[in-house]
Amino acid sequence: MNQTVQKSISLTPHHFPDLTLGQKISVVIGITGLMIGIIASTSTEARTVANLAISLSFISIGVIAYSWLSYKKESDGIKNNLVWFKSLTSRGLWAWITALVITGFYILLYFFPGALGLNKINNTGLVGLFDPLSVWIKHKPATQWFVYGVLYTMAILLFGIKFLWKYRHNQYQRLRTLSVMFFQLCFAFTIPELLERLNQPSMDLKNMWPLNYYFFFDWNLDKLIQGGTLGIFLLGWGILMIFIISPILTYFYGKRWYCSWVCGCGGLAETAGDPFRHLSDKTLKAWKVERWLVHSVLVLIVIVTLLVLYTYFTGNSQVLFLNSFTLREWYGFFIGSIFSGVIGVGFYPLMGSRVWCRFGCPMAAILGIQQKFFSRFRITTNGGQCISCGNCSTYCEMGIDVRHYAQRGQNIVRASCVGCGICAAVCPRGVLKLENGSVDIHQRTSDLKVLKLDQKGVHFD
Amino acid sequence: MTPGRDSGNQLRIVIIGNGIAGITAARQIRKMSDHAITVISSESKYFFSRTALMYVYMGHMRQKDIEPYEPWFWDKNKINLIHDHVVQILFDKKRLILASGQEVSYDKLIIACGSDSNTLNIPGIDASGVNALYSLQDLQSINSMSPNIKRAVIIGGGLIGIELAEMFCSRKIPVTFLIRESAFWNIVLPKEEAEMINHHIREHHIDLKLNSELIEIKKNMEGHVNGVITIDGEEIACDFAGLTIGVHPNIDWLKDSPLEINEGILVDTYLRTNLDDVYAIGDCAELRQPSPGRKPIEAIWYTGRMMGEAVGSSICGKLSAYQPGIFYNSAKFFDIEYQVYGDIQTQLPPNQKTVFWQSQDQKKSIRINYATDGNVLGFNLMGVRFRQEVCEKWITQKYSIEEVLQSLELAEFDPEFSEHYSSSVREQYQLLTGQTIHSKMIHTYNQVHQFLNSPKTLAS
Repeated sequence: MNQTVQKSISLTPHHFPDLTLGQKISVVIGITGLMIGIIASTSTEARTVANLAISLSFISIGVIAYSWLSYKKESDGIKNNLVWFKSLTSRGLWAWITALVITGFYILLYFFPGALGLNKINNTGLVGLFDPLSVWIKHKPATQWFVYGVLYTMAILLFGIKFLWKYRHNQYQRLRTLSVMFFQLCFAFTIPELLERLNQPSMDLKNMWPLNYYFFFDWNLDKLIQGGTLGIFLLGWGILMIFIISPILTYFYGKRWYCSWVCGCGGLAETAGDPFRHLSDKTLKAWKVERWLVHSVLVLIVIVTLLVLYTYFTGNSQVLFLNSFTLREWYGFFIGSIFSGVIGVGFYPLMGSRVWCRFGCPMAAILGIQQKFFSRFRITTNGGQCISCGNCSTYCEMGIDVRHYAQRGQNIVRASCVGCGICAAVCPRGVLKLENGSVDIHQRTSDLKVLKLDQKGVHFD
Repeated sequence: MTPGRDSGNQLRIVIIGNGIAGITAARQIRKMSDHAITVISSESKYFFSRTALMYVYMGHMRQKDIEPYEPWFWDKNKINLIHDHVVQILFDKKRLILASGQEVSYDKLIIACGSDSNTLNIPGIDASGVNALYSLQDLQSINSMSPNIKRAVIIGGGLIGIELAEMFCSRKIPVTFLIRESAFWNIVLPKEEAEMINHHIREHHIDLKLNSELIEIKKNMEGHVNGVITIDGEEIACDFAGLTIGVHPNIDWLKDSPLEINEGILVDTYLRTNLDDVYAIGDCAELRQPSPGRKPIEAIWYTGRMMGEAVGSSICGKLSAYQPGIFYNSAKFFDIEYQVYGDIQTQLPPNQKTVFWQSQDQKKSIRINYATDGNVLGFNLMGVRFRQEVCEKWITQKYSIEEVLQSLELAEFDPEFSEHYSSSVREQYQLLTGQTIHSKMIHTYNQVHQFLNSPKTLAS
């Protein structure tokens, strides 16, 4: 302690290695693809299959080449160097620009699809550019949702490949990522589009109520009921998922079976959103806000759904001061569009990749309640090995202060944990492990394992 | 009544140092009492994880991310933090004098002032650009020098040396790593493991020079390091020399005090010094009678924490000896994690045997040492995670090597779907002894739980 008192100065990097030439070229290729797409959208002559193909190929090549150059040559391990120094991943200028662009895109998508070129007859603009692809897949012109579906699926697949390289040393991470890529490509995109091609009622088979908030809305019920055998099957499947399949899987594996292995929102968060996971707020205050908010949304969607069903069966839309039509419109606008889309994805570079999942998703709320009280899943802490370094908390996309538990030698049972397993991966001391077990299920919310001290010295129970 | 005691039996407890030892003591005392607690540190206002400093430099975390508690925590728990430097302790008056001139009185004093970096007595050691890595200030100074470092030389093959090497790698600064021994950290690691790390260090394009020592540091006109000379007469041009040749208790400032000091502040098993109401814990403490097989000074995160718990309880009236139990430690060398449980010697003693498995790519290994009469003694893991409580139970309850190998899966702690290496270890044992051992179990959380909660006879 020879030094005199020094104020702690935040550590700013004076220099750090820039992107390599190869990485820069990859970025240029990707952005060129994006620009070609945008420019091609602007005129009827340019909206050709060839231009669409070139645009999407360039974007794909750019992302894949960038990922390959970033990770392939490096030795297997955690790749978080310089994360807090890069503008894009530390709420710098590039983060704000990205957030504005994505937010803007979502606003057009939800509220001004005309601006993207959606017309009653003869699409123009971006939607028009995707017409040939849409016609090829389902014999129908594109809608803004088709464009969105293609881009969303591409994002999960391309950034999924990046993630697979980044975490190639970790089999849990690889399988989980392959799973979200599969469910997005097949269940969210291909199957519904093919069903549409066959003029059948289409549905994303894994998109469950209440995340799929309109499942019990009259038009959806009518569509399914009038959709013949397949429609009835889809209706039955949806109900089976909610009341049987989901509770059973959550009991055995925790909510991760859905949130980080199957769900589309989770899929995007885990792939395209992965570079932003550390931006989630870890404070106790944020946890308090989270609990109020997410459970309020759950209560809200239950009320909306009950009212809509009441209207469906009685024809009466007014209950006391509540109107089921107004209410569900509001829910769709504020929660379905603004919260889950505009904020949920648009704010990735500012608030992390799980803003919607953490603060808004009513599905996550239900699964969370079950995970907390009636599931075999927990994260085990390995004895007294924690060095309180904070990597686990920092890289928890759900903003859980994992270290708080780990440094006490306590197992982690938290409603919001989506079981992505990154805390265990980034831990430099091998302290954390995701596990399922039934033996202690009745005491799982109490302090299972805390450092104890008595006549025998310091030890664990 | 002790003079200066506050109303009731509330004591004024002052802790010098806000590292893991001091802060654990403070928290333990708060858990058990309403004593007035003051923690003084000149290094930082808030407690941070020293072992995580490297990650701040590497951009994995910000400084506030390595602070385990939010700022409101200290007020809420009525732990008074003073960001100041203690210049003198008036033991007879039970009073401290701080650099700012402020005086602080205590009823009980806990000294947890940590370590200081070792240095070398060679020409040029005073050059600017020669830096150790221990404190926050060290990190800040290395960071501010970094833009101008074209090559860094690191001297000393221990945990801090390899951390510093990894830090420079993250910023693509070329590193020459001088190690006195024939392999990295082979004063602690057995030969095979040390070789693995040699290999891994070189994989990261580090110029690793073994059996090498520093004899001189050269400086330019401005007094900044511009090269080093090794014992072989080789001159290496560099703009930075990292001295990572270990640490010693930070006790220079206490030399002329009535405290009994050897290498560290001498304490008994209750962590009491020779002076009444004065305790020493963590890196700066030296045990008069360490437990068998343990060193009198162990500058380790975990021992600091355990000492903090013990001293906190003792002060709150529940006299608790410091009993560290089965030794354990862990580290990470670039991408290879390391865990050790129990007794692992660099040279196998004649009354011990070892079973050792290593993966083809030399990134993973499992070593189990056992006594010639069969009891397991220690586990040394590279790139493989084992469950501490299971290993501890095997060691304390004297399970035989064969019993352990039969149920080795119980210790596996790698993420789900990872490859299992237990059968590979059993094969190694078979090669060694001719004994074939069959696994008795499939590893599940329930089985682990059952094992840990059952007496030995049922499990074996």
